[in-house]
Amino acid sequence: MATGVNNIRLRKYPVGVGMIIVWIAGAIGLSVAAYRWIVGLRITNMSDNRPWGIWISFDMMSGIGLAAGAFSIAAIVYIFNIKKLYPIVRPTILTGFISYILAALTLLADLGLPQNIWHLIIYWNIHSPLFEIGWCVMVYTTVLLLEFSPVVLEALGWKAPLKLIQSITIPLVILGISLSTMHQSTLGTMLLAMPYRIHPFWYSPLMPVYFFLTAIAAGMAMTVFESYHSARTYQQKFEIGIASKITSWIPYVLGLYLVIKVVDVIVSGTYIYLIQDPWPTFMFLIEIMGGALIPALMFADKRVRSNPSGLVWASFLLMGGLILNRFNSTLVFMNGDFYFPSAAEIAVSIGLTCLGIIMFDAAIRFLPMYPNPREKQASKSLENAA
Amino acid sequence: MEVNRRDFLKIAGAGIGTLVLPSLDVKAAAIPGNLENAHAMLYDATKCVGCRACQVACKKRAGLPYVMDENQLYEMPTDLNGDTWTIIKLYQDTETYSYVKKQCMHCVAPACASVCPVAALEKTPEGPVVYHSYKCIGCRYCMTACPFDVPKYEWDETNPIIQKCDFCADLQAAGQQPACSAACPTGALISGTRAEMLAIAHQRLADHPDQYFNHVYGEYEVGGTSMLYIAGISYEKLGYPTLKNQPIPDITWPYMKAVPFVFFGMAGAMSAIYYWTHRNKEEEEG
Ligand code: SF4
Ligand code: SF4
Ligand code: SF4
Repeated sequence: MATGVNNIRLRKYPVGVGMIIVWIAGAIGLSVAAYRWIVGLRITNMSDNRPWGIWISFDMMSGIGLAAGAFSIAAIVYIFNIKKLYPIVRPTILTGFISYILAALTLLADLGLPQNIWHLIIYWNIHSPLFEIGWCVMVYTTVLLLEFSPVVLEALGWKAPLKLIQSITIPLVILGISLSTMHQSTLGTMLLAMPYRIHPFWYSPLMPVYFFLTAIAAGMAMTVFESYHSARTYQQKFEIGIASKITSWIPYVLGLYLVIKVVDVIVSGTYIYLIQDPWPTFMFLIEIMGGALIPALMFADKRVRSNPSGLVWASFLLMGGLILNRFNSTLVFMNGDFYFPSAAEIAVSIGLTCLGIIMFDAAIRFLPMYPNPREKQASKSLENAA
Repeated sequence: MEVNRRDFLKIAGAGIGTLVLPSLDVKAAAIPGNLENAHAMLYDATKCVGCRACQVACKKRAGLPYVMDENQLYEMPTDLNGDTWTIIKLYQDTETYSYVKKQCMHCVAPACASVCPVAALEKTPEGPVVYHSYKCIGCRYCMTACPFDVPKYEWDETNPIIQKCDFCADLQAAGQQPACSAACPTGALISGTRAEMLAIAHQRLADHPDQYFNHVYGEYEVGGTSMLYIAGISYEKLGYPTLKNQPIPDITWPYMKAVPFVFFGMAGAMSAIYYWTHRNKEEEEG
């Protein structure tokens, strides 16, 4: 492996206007978050009858859902042994790792007493879904760090630790899959404690299953979306073959989700609300049609999958569907006072998302994320070791 | 915390010993008894005259500040809030009216205590659901999970904590009545054991069926509460929702109980698939 410290060097990708805006938005968001630690939650529009806002719905619920690509792709490549997808593993693991860091940062903004977050370690309540999510996220972030570390170790040329990590890749991947299955579904269990608060279109004993399935599907869409945009930004070839392969599984996952959902609506009798409540019906149908059924049909079509813009649009719809679903179930159709996020809340949400892009950008600039032709041999050996 | 550790070991044991003990019942850990002999209170809306002596007594006992308007004039809160653990409200329409007291219901199987990730809320065997602010991380899950919208937050503080009625746990432990029931001049609010309160409530319903709406609110709602209500009009009108008898912790617990099975099941399935897909590896490489 002819790599070494000189692998950590600035790759001269152009810095576009977009990136400058991202930097500014990120800086604003972080400053507002810092201000929030000084003055408290009064800068938000949350209230006693609306204790959770967009930081929960968008940054936590949607962010973690969309980060599910990391475990699905790892499972496909390492467990199901579909090596063709190997080139996409690194950026996907990185995206997942960054998403979980962002989720942790969001918690530090959203918790009333962020300085106490470590209490999860010493005060246990195994009855609490949130306790389990907290633990899974802590452990899984560590797993993602370890899964990503070969990239850094390789760049540094530290062979001994690299060998060590590579030797435990499979157990790590399996641990990651188990932890993800647990906390992705438990995010749904979390909402089961609110049978009188959430509209019956969204409240269902199967919520944990729905959260798990939609996260897998939208996580893969996110992977495609992200690789399309980084290919454009960093002048790589968009690997349409890989994207097409990944997305060819999405219709199965979404199909399963839709079938269970429809049966659930019929069996539980929830369909009566289709006539009674026009507003929830409208949102429900948009979410199910536009955010699940249409993307499923698009991904099932080979012509769409062999066309970059078709892939990106379908992915965009599916990601939107997941975000809409999380908003509907944790905010819009959860009983409470009227709420619209304050400027500070929006600034932090946008800022943290931008921070994610900045971290991703920095990794691409400083680390060997995409194998150069010169380094093909190195990645080949890595692939074999894995 | 000890209890939880013990529960955890039980469950971990259940996860590992799943083949040996498929029917191990750990549910008992989640649900205490119906607390017949624990502290309880009964509020009889038909006897309440709306003097708010209880509301004042509660503020005094808990040391909660009064809310002032910009001219330093006392302002009446309209609902429970970070400075108000109990409040008397008035329902009024053209035919009838009724006062109603709001405060924590001290559920027998409280949703708030079950969802709190750090066990900052605790159902004591004596009856009160108490809050340990030193543990709280401020996730506000208790606020969303409580079916009665009871826990409130100090939104204006930099280090906010949850605020809710603690059933005067300290007074009751010292053998005294809660401050609010002690202050009540009409006997609309009385305290005693849950069995006594239920007996009195049913007696009054039986003696004066014409005066009461025929239901003791809190007897079975979400598994029963230690704060019980009887009233002359329907509870919906008084702001008390119609709830099923199933305790909320009973909804989430089966899922939480399944977590170790999901974890080991998934790991097992993935390992199996791994060996299946890599079974020809040697040949490939050779
Ligand atoms: S009424 Fe709400 S806050 Fe009070 S014990 Fe029940 S769940 Fe907890
Ligand atoms: S806000 Fe505090 S008391 Fe309420 S659930 Fe969260 S940690 Fe527990
Ligand atoms: S029991 Fe105590 S804390 Fe609760 S409302 Fe009455 S006086 Fe207030």
